[in-house]
Amino acid sequence: PILYSYFRSSCSWRVRIALALKGIDYETMPINLIKDGGQQFSKEFQALNPTRQVPALEIDGITISQSLAIIEYLEETRPTPRLLPQDPKKRARVRMISDLIAGGIHPLQNLSVLKQVGQENQLTWAQNAITSGFNSLEQILQSTAGQYCVGDEVSMADLCLVPQVANAERFKVDLTPYPTISRINKTLLALEAFQVSHPCRQPDTPAELRA
Amino acid sequence: MTESGKPILYSYFRSSCSWRVRIALALKGIDYETMPINLIKDGGQQFSKEFQALNPTRQVPALEIDGITISQSLAIIEYLEETRPTPRLLPQDPKKRARVRMISDLIAGGIHPLQNLSVLKQVGQENQLTWAQNAITSGFNSLEQILQSTAGQYCVGDEVSMADLCLVPQVANAERFKVDLTPYPTISRINKTLLALEAFQVSHPCRQPDTPAELRA
Repeated sequence: PILYSYFRSSCSWRVRIALALKGIDYETMPINLIKDGGQQFSKEFQALNPTRQVPALEIDGITISQSLAIIEYLEETRPTPRLLPQDPKKRARVRMISDLIAGGIHPLQNLSVLKQVGQENQLTWAQNAITSGFNSLEQILQSTAGQYCVGDEVSMADLCLVPQVANAERFKVDLTPYPTISRINKTLLALEAFQVSHPCRQPDTPAELRA
Repeated sequence: MTESGKPILYSYFRSSCSWRVRIALALKGIDYETMPINLIKDGGQQFSKEFQALNPTRQVPALEIDGITISQSLAIIEYLEETRPTPRLLPQDPKKRARVRMISDLIAGGIHPLQNLSVLKQVGQENQLTWAQNAITSGFNSLEQILQSTAGQYCVGDEVSMADLCLVPQVANAERFKVDLTPYPTISRINKTLLALEAFQVSHPCRQPDTPAELRA
């Protein structure tokens, strides 16, 4: 498989974690979102992935975009280890948390939106998006979390959490109000799959940011 | 659940996320009660203490079903699919399922969050229309291209899927924000075909318990 990825893209990181957890070997095709006006806008990439976003995964003869659609496909075709619980109610919780992060927080603080709000507003805008979402998430986790977001098994929700916390840190969000989020994030970062997939260890990580 | 054991849907007539779930419930023939949450009145009823305790995201829709409460429209729809599997809302083949989810996520995670009520409040009234139009046209440009390779009668092949449940409410939003749909013939065609189906009509914003009289069909 070929993963079109940007080292710092949180959506790409989610998929990198999934591939690592499932032990799927892949090649990285780096797409720099900033250089050359943004390599995601090249004719070639747009033909491959009309959304002009990363990640995109070429696998089994098809190309899939949208990180959660990719992860669900990996789950259905390479089912072990599981990234979604067996019980439908627990699966609903995993998807609810994943969608809250991937559909509710992240789109409001990604690169293309921040460009639109103007440089002087960017930090506040991103912080608002994250704190608003984390306020809800911290409360949800009160009832769903065990060692991880949903019970004691790593799930798709955890793959969304870690990159979003990294973004929160980049945007200098105070994480004190979010002890559950912080605890789970710390536990997850100790796992190998979350380390090998980390932005600081990618083929396209700039030298000054490399671990 | 109610005394009768029916699921309860917290919904706003005009909320496109709520509409997606209403279509799913209609397609699957699931009887439910509506608890209207007015997103504008009283400073927004979604911010009440009661609703926040029920649904920490303070958004609609939320569905009380089988003893749990689920929020996030696609998480709700996937739960309905797994527990009430017929008629299908996702194809059997994993590659087709991936296309359905890709399109659903593009709309529900890529377009809609950028033009929903709470974001538009933040950009300021004079910017709202342009902001919403940009979000929609940008997303529809991608979607129209994707549909070239996935669409049959509907978004993915010839079976109604979760992607179609996302498409129709988003086109309705596009019309509300006066987006020119001429560049999107595939989106328009599929939307028209879907709107002729009963489930898309009974669930329509103009036919809900909380639809204001002047907007009622």
